[in-house]
Amino acid sequence: MYENPDGVMIGLEVHVQLNKLRTKVFCGCTTDYHNDPPNSHVCPVCLGLPGSLPVINKKAVEAAIKVGLALNCTIEEHTQFYRKNYYYPDLPKGFQITQYDFPISSGGYITIEGEDGEHRVGITRAHMEEDPGRLVHEGTIDKSKYTLIDYNRSGMALLEVVSDPDMRSPKEARRYLDKLRNILEYLDIFDGDLEGALRVDANISIMGGQRAEIKNISSHKGAERALLFEIVRQKNVLRRGGVVVQETRHFDEAREITLSMRSKEEAHDYRYFPEPDLVPLKISGWAPAIKAILPELPDARRLRFVEQYGITDDHAKALTSERKFAIFYEDVAKKVDPKMAAVWVCDVLKGELNYRDLPVEAFNKEHMLSVIYLLMNKKITEDGAVDIIRTLLDKGGTPDEVVKEKGLLKVEDDIVSTAAEEAIKENLQAVADYRAGKEKALNSLVGAVMKKTKGRADARTAREILLDKLG
Amino acid sequence: MASINELTERIHADSSEEIVAEYLERITNSRLNAFITVSKESALLQAQEIDAKGHDGPLAGIPIAIKDNISTKGIMTTCASKILTGYIPPYDAHVIEKLKNAGAIIIGKTNMDEFAMGSSTETSFYGPTLNAWDMTRVPGGSSGGSAAAVAGGEAPLSLGSDTGGSVRCPASFCGVVGLKPTYGVISRYGLISYANSLEQIGPFASSVRDVATLFDVIAGHDPRDSTSVKREGNYSPALENDVNGLKIGIPEEYFGEGIDRNVEKSVRDAINTLEELGATSMEVKMPHTKYALSAYYIIAMSEASSNLARFDGMRYGLRTEDHDWHTTFSHVRADGFGDEVKRRILLGTYALSAGYLDKYYLKALKIRTLIKQDFERAFKDADVLIAPTMPYPAFKIGEKIDDPISLYLADVETVPINLAGVPSISLPCGFSGSLPIGMQVIGKHFDEAAILRTAYTFEENTDFHKEGS
Ligand SMILES: [Zn+2]
Repeated sequence: MYENPDGVMIGLEVHVQLNKLRTKVFCGCTTDYHNDPPNSHVCPVCLGLPGSLPVINKKAVEAAIKVGLALNCTIEEHTQFYRKNYYYPDLPKGFQITQYDFPISSGGYITIEGEDGEHRVGITRAHMEEDPGRLVHEGTIDKSKYTLIDYNRSGMALLEVVSDPDMRSPKEARRYLDKLRNILEYLDIFDGDLEGALRVDANISIMGGQRAEIKNISSHKGAERALLFEIVRQKNVLRRGGVVVQETRHFDEAREITLSMRSKEEAHDYRYFPEPDLVPLKISGWAPAIKAILPELPDARRLRFVEQYGITDDHAKALTSERKFAIFYEDVAKKVDPKMAAVWVCDVLKGELNYRDLPVEAFNKEHMLSVIYLLMNKKITEDGAVDIIRTLLDKGGTPDEVVKEKGLLKVEDDIVSTAAEEAIKENLQAVADYRAGKEKALNSLVGAVMKKTKGRADARTAREILLDKLG
Repeated sequence: MASINELTERIHADSSEEIVAEYLERITNSRLNAFITVSKESALLQAQEIDAKGHDGPLAGIPIAIKDNISTKGIMTTCASKILTGYIPPYDAHVIEKLKNAGAIIIGKTNMDEFAMGSSTETSFYGPTLNAWDMTRVPGGSSGGSAAAVAGGEAPLSLGSDTGGSVRCPASFCGVVGLKPTYGVISRYGLISYANSLEQIGPFASSVRDVATLFDVIAGHDPRDSTSVKREGNYSPALENDVNGLKIGIPEEYFGEGIDRNVEKSVRDAINTLEELGATSMEVKMPHTKYALSAYYIIAMSEASSNLARFDGMRYGLRTEDHDWHTTFSHVRADGFGDEVKRRILLGTYALSAGYLDKYYLKALKIRTLIKQDFERAFKDADVLIAPTMPYPAFKIGEKIDDPISLYLADVETVPINLAGVPSISLPCGFSGSLPIGMQVIGKHFDEAAILRTAYTFEENTDFHKEGS
């Protein structure tokens, strides 16, 4: 049982850009703008020109329902859009179309690896809204002489996923974000690698204080840092006998600190009211059909991997924690020994990729298969296999090329046997030591065998043969 | 005044260019100030093209004037506000696309109350429009320029928009025919919103037949407007000179206190005329009418306060000297909006504020439902309702402009129709001295056919629409 000594309560509001849709949420402009010049994918609707009207993108609603179902939410019978009124230059209409009463889904949960094992984080609601444009400053925001606005992003479909304040540490918050992102990628509605794909506002309080809302967090790591800083800050305030007031704070990513933006008294009145240009949407009939075609989600896939491939739960968990990795593994596991595939994909490849900060796409699936085939046919040693994977990641090429170049083909057992006999003859002192009970002396004999075979012998095989010969 | 049919014959005999030139000439020589922008060059060019290539659209070569809150690609569109000075839309409203496909020629953009907020066309940044019947009087509003243009012979057809009476009021004051269709029948795409949930674009002409022809052209479903319904316009066949068996409901609440005697008499006489032609009449009760005005203004102003938030000078329209963001957009709005617009933005902002939403906006929505039910009940017995359009004939310029409440009260007969979303047509039915009087024929949802037929039969059997022209 996790004690949570400071009474930390964290709730997250995550803005997810549904960037795998073809078009924006209320107009026909493309969502594929990331490599194009500013303001090149805009129209009267997403520019908010006078007289333009929004029309809901049905695919965006479907995607939102998918997410709701994947987060174990109830999908409402009717959903309605509201206007959130405030002035900001990135908001071309002077209001944002969002949801208020009647959000598309509510009352779900996500299961994460918590401080004390499996931990459930409640989902208050997940609602749809539109993304504002992007402000571009010359240099830093406080020193810039002017601000430029790029409306390519304006009108992108966003899903705001609001959690209950169920996370008890920054680590849990980060795991929640990882899990959420993973689920979204499994649903194939979201690419987390694109700029602005996921933005986080965090609410955090500790025992004896009120909550602070931290804005402007753009990464999972940033969320953890911001929350760690905020806990220390709030504890310091209380320790000095101060009061932690309800306020909105801004996360300065570069300095890894939070700064006060506005107090509760200065809070905006957004004057929410139903968007008259969009009629309420009856969606009660949609959910069953979408549920029927919902892809397998991480937790389900993890269970299936254990069952179907006989791999450990730890392996299954690690392999399914990223959709692309799970697909990679399964493609490999179908053709070779799945347990062996789990070891090599999960323990070796994943570690080497993480070390180099590379995505799974950096390694060719066929190459992984070749390496495992070589191992299964005892053509290379395990050390040799690791060497191949590292070389492929660092220099490229094919497994065969690396094997040839580095001479990694494993030597036959009878050659190891001969080498072992020679090693015994040439290292009489070590043999005597071993026989006298010095187990470590065997290591120098193994070393000698490896030297004679130029490292192509399998160390474990060499050891076995030596033991055999020494009686 | 020339009808569409007469003009079409003349276009075949002479040319569209000649007709367009004649109307442009009349606009140039007019003192009514019905237009903000006259698109002389593009109109003549379009006419020449139609003359050269021919066009088989129902409005081929016919000029039309457009209220300046309807977006026209390449033609300045200001809503009669300083804040939109110089704004040239890069796109056409749905109705403009339809008009162009039908061969109509846009000769200019008409004057209006700023952002359609008013009943007199006096709040325009471009000065008031005058009433063709008496130039010391207002043409009504907010589509005053569109009605005055038709009444003054400066355009055979025009479009307005009706949020709380803005087509019917000026039709009544100017002695022309104006239709507010059922909510959703005409796409609002490109109409610069004042109060989205209430307004519809509506046609003006000097006869019911021409209104119906124009209505047929601009009605129909548009996927770009989510509130647009899936119906196509084909209303002209409803124009039969026959009201035999028609049941007319007379809402007594619309004949109450504050109604000018001449107005009441003319409308009651009109009902008698229809009865002589075979219709029957009955009293109907509309008990929630007295709450309509307050509900209307709360809803309209609330929506307006949000709709007009986009005018911050950043992307188009007026731009004052640059300071930081807050200062700049505040200056733009302070300088760009007129007093009446500011008043409605302030009141609407207040009505939507935390703690007041329940008290005002949500309560107004409840009243709206009650008013809808009033209409549903009345239409169980009656086929159409007939009432005065305005409580009195056109008033003097300056008479009410400093008394907003009395101006708001002028909308008492028209706003319930917008709250209910039903169609209503205003047509001339008499005179008070030299000033025309209008009556409105109100129909069930989507039953434009019934009100057009009633109006047409009345027009065919009376001469009010011909007088003075
Ligand atoms: Zn767009």
